[in-house]
Amino acid sequence: MKDNPIMRLAVRWNIPFMLIFALYTQTHGELGPGGGFQSGVIVAAAFVLYGLVFGGAEMRRVVPRWFTDLLGAVGVLIYAGAGVYAMAMGYEFLDHAALMPSNPGGAEPWGMTVVEYGVGITVFGVMMTIFNEITEGTNPEDNEPTDDSADTEYGS
Amino acid sequence: MSPTIMLDVVLLALVIIAGIAAIEVRSLFAAVMLASIYSLLMACFWTTMDAVDVAYTEAAVGAGISTILLMGALVLTGETEIVRRAVHWPALGACMLVGALLVYGTLDMPKFGDENAPAHVHPIYAGYTQQDVRKHPGGKSHGDNVRAEQAAEHSEPEAHDETAHGHGDYFHGHVPNQVTSIIVSYRAFDTLFETAVIFTAGMGLIVLLRGRRGNPLKGGLL
Repeated sequence: MKDNPIMRLAVRWNIPFMLIFALYTQTHGELGPGGGFQSGVIVAAAFVLYGLVFGGAEMRRVVPRWFTDLLGAVGVLIYAGAGVYAMAMGYEFLDHAALMPSNPGGAEPWGMTVVEYGVGITVFGVMMTIFNEITEGTNPEDNEPTDDSADTEYGS
Repeated sequence: MSPTIMLDVVLLALVIIAGIAAIEVRSLFAAVMLASIYSLLMACFWTTMDAVDVAYTEAAVGAGISTILLMGALVLTGETEIVRRAVHWPALGACMLVGALLVYGTLDMPKFGDENAPAHVHPIYAGYTQQDVRKHPGGKSHGDNVRAEQAAEHSEPEAHDETAHGHGDYFHGHVPNQVTSIIVSYRAFDTLFETAVIFTAGMGLIVLLRGRRGNPLKGGLL
């Protein structure tokens, strides 16, 4: 699909809007419909669309594998970290009031925002991983040295 | 017939058409696109039922990422389906039986928009809508704010407390979207482990598939 000018142009014009919309979904999770999960899915869809048209190797040049693997774990850690922080402050696990003890009701949106960012980051990382692993080696053009470099990346 | 019902009928008819077409069509690319249209129509249907969050998820996941992932999977498979027209009678029977059971199950449910549905007349509903659940023991509930406001109205107007303007401790905090508030605050444990499940799925893919295609003995951890 790389040589099809219509696809290239359509994807290039669509991706910025998808990313902005995902950002809107993420930051307005507690105000309107949507939230971390939907936002992560939309960001991943934008990058996967890029990968479908321009090739997997080109996509992995923009978003490397080690980065998406890392994000999958970082999101869960942010979410669990919000809970552990509340425990460290003397509250119950995941009690968002710990973020602003003087105004427990007002702390809820802050806690929700932190947690939503965790969900969004994990969903983005895992969706990218799904695409990477499903389409691995299907396109001879992007036969990057996956087999050995994947191991050395983790070894370093 | 009210416009909403007519819209629902039209949308559901289109959903059925899209579903049947997705099964019957032989080009796999067209089948993926029809499944995407099916999801988008369902998202419209959820919107007319005021389930905006469900519609959003359906549009993002059903019509968005799964269409793109299926298109990625099409690279692995052929373009058209291998046609086998013989009817598998036990499978058809099982589908009809389960479908009939599901329809039978919905007969007990309240009608759509029924104001006497248990969800609206149960005593606990009043507490939730007034947001009078005391989640934080030291804080003020919404009821306290209302009472403080009423007291302030009867006394001198300068004596307005900060908490009287909704800065108290009602359950949903200052979050207008109750779905988010329930998912990540009230049921935060649940969502934490849902996130962990997604993470585990990604890790499973990495362990099982990474670097192994074409050479099952190489790569991976096993």
